[in-house]
Amino acid sequence: MNPIRIIAAAAAVALVPVALTACSSGSGGGGGGGGGGSTLTIEDYYQASYDPIYQTCAKQVGAKVKINHVAGAGLIAKVLQQASSRTLPDVLMLDNPDVQQIAASGALAPLNDYGLNADGLVPAVKAANSYKGDLYGLEPVTNSIALYYNKKLLSDAGVTPPKTWDELRAAAKKLTSGKTYGFAMSNINTYEGTWQFLPFFWSNGGDEKDIATPQATQALQFVLDLQNDGAMSKSSINWAQADVDNQFIAGKAAMMINGPWQLPSLNAAKGLEFDSVPIPTRTGDPTVAPLGGEAFTVPQTRDKDRMKLAAKFVGCLSSAKMQTTIAGVTGNVPTNESAADEWAKSHPQVASFVTTVKTARARTGELGPDWPKAATKIYTAVQLALTGKAAPSAALQQAQSQSQ
Amino acid sequence: MTVSARAGVAAGPLVASGRPGRSRARLASGVTRWLFIAPAVVFVAVFFGYPVVKNVLMSFQDYTTRTFFTGEAPWVGLANYAQTFGSAVFTTTLVNTALFTIGSIVMQFVIGLGLALFFRRNFPLSGFLRGLLLLPWLLPLIASSAVWKWLLDQDSGAINQFLGLFGVPAVPWLVSPGLALVAVIGVNIWLGIPFNTTILYSGLQSVPPELYEAASLDGATGVKAFRYVTWPSIRSVVSVVIVLGIVYTLKVVDIILGLTGGGPANSTQTLATNAYHQSFVNFEFGIGAAISNVLIVVSFLFAVVYISISRKAADE
Repeated sequence: MNPIRIIAAAAAVALVPVALTACSSGSGGGGGGGGGGSTLTIEDYYQASYDPIYQTCAKQVGAKVKINHVAGAGLIAKVLQQASSRTLPDVLMLDNPDVQQIAASGALAPLNDYGLNADGLVPAVKAANSYKGDLYGLEPVTNSIALYYNKKLLSDAGVTPPKTWDELRAAAKKLTSGKTYGFAMSNINTYEGTWQFLPFFWSNGGDEKDIATPQATQALQFVLDLQNDGAMSKSSINWAQADVDNQFIAGKAAMMINGPWQLPSLNAAKGLEFDSVPIPTRTGDPTVAPLGGEAFTVPQTRDKDRMKLAAKFVGCLSSAKMQTTIAGVTGNVPTNESAADEWAKSHPQVASFVTTVKTARARTGELGPDWPKAATKIYTAVQLALTGKAAPSAALQQAQSQSQ
Repeated sequence: MTVSARAGVAAGPLVASGRPGRSRARLASGVTRWLFIAPAVVFVAVFFGYPVVKNVLMSFQDYTTRTFFTGEAPWVGLANYAQTFGSAVFTTTLVNTALFTIGSIVMQFVIGLGLALFFRRNFPLSGFLRGLLLLPWLLPLIASSAVWKWLLDQDSGAINQFLGLFGVPAVPWLVSPGLALVAVIGVNIWLGIPFNTTILYSGLQSVPPELYEAASLDGATGVKAFRYVTWPSIRSVVSVVIVLGIVYTLKVVDIILGLTGGGPANSTQTLATNAYHQSFVNFEFGIGAAISNVLIVVSFLFAVVYISISRKAADE
């Protein structure tokens, strides 16, 4: 159907012997395989702590790697620039909601062509990384958000971790005293704010295709109620997730919504005892939270041999064994369901995230590359409601009709 | 500069008489003149001309992430402009841009002039204090906006803690849609004071002291001296400061992004931040280009004012 696809497939078939040689050279310890001399360039926004992981997989597929860590905020701009100058790296890490947008531009190679699939991974990973039926990225590890709570403050107030909205509201009210708010979350006017509101929005039946629904209104009203009760600071509309974490560590919030990437800072805080539970829902049903984490993709670089090797490399990163290694380095959750269950047993601090990720939803699952527009509308509605500029239902309607 | 060079070249052939040797020399000197202006022309064309032309073209195209890989940017005519002007946010950003610019410029100028007049008197440590005044200018913008964000925090910010000593309840500086713009303007005023003070101070230094002596003999001291001596003498400096200030303030992005990111609920969104947001957050480069073209036109009007003022000053 697609000529390029056919050529790619033909090339893939032609390269099988080469790949096999590369494979055997990897396990045999020899350096003379077909792909053995290749150097893969990798681009991500991680830290140097990721380098040993790359080296392990490089050894396994028989390649050398050149690792390029860029600043998180600058990655997409750099990718676009590289796309136009045809200098994309061999292996590209992307934040999962960006995968479909970049795939839509034609810059990425479908991973199915290289025999990779998302079988055995949590369902949202496939939804997030597929575009028009093809898989473009694989996430070795993922994350989501949950409700952290300060054990000491809760036991002092005689509060148990909440499971429903009513319980959460009552707990937040009870835990508010003096300079301590019962609850904190980020409602900032960026995608971070949208990401934090989504568990309330989705779990209650909200949908990004039409945000002005009674279910969405109910979710927004709930967050507004927390603020009106005085249980959530009015500053939440200006807090990024890192700010929320700081409030929690400083003891100014008894509960907060945040992700597992904050665990290092939380564990480093002296005298802070904390735990987490999945974010409460109105009915107590399982939470539908957004799927986080970054995917590894193989850009179209015209060098078929290297692309094939890059795909093997991505497959290696996503193998169950490597997932556990990566989770150990990053504190995230393996996407392989059985690996994740094992992980939860040995790492109780991430257990609530493992639970949440299973029922998580991909932000781009429904709208694909159009997700950013919906995300902008959602945080705009949250801001309109929390600043008192409009009541929740009017805020959602206003944000929905806003053309940009 | 370009104008005078063109006049020179045009004058060349007219003056040239029939002698071949002379005309060759004329030609050589004409070429030399062009060579002298070539660096400036190339610089302007590459670093100003190309981006502006590209920006104008982009605003008529559906320029998205896809374009970077495929190179295809379908021509959409005025659709980007229609969407920009038709958006509910556009009016808000326009009003905010006007309020932000006027508020910043007026206060920066008044405070800057006051400080410049104050520092004209020599007193112990005046040089040191004047140096200290430059500090806001020397700090990286993103760092000072982060510090201001902490200072202005509603619950634990230093400013509210201080006001609390006098029994003032916590002011929602960056949180209330009504106050956020005021807070952002305030920070921008703080940032702009060094520029205004420095330029106005140097303007004041150039006023000859004899004028004041003569004026005081005529009975003009204090406010009258300012009204009849100082103000007329620094008027051209004043107009330069104000026009440059307007152009700088119109395009402020970093301080707003650092403090509020345009929020809460778009209450501090200006043309510049909205253009940034469309281009680099939503990746709608066509719409971003359309908004920034509106900004360019506004800035250009003030640039024309600046040029005519400085030319008038040069003529005087």
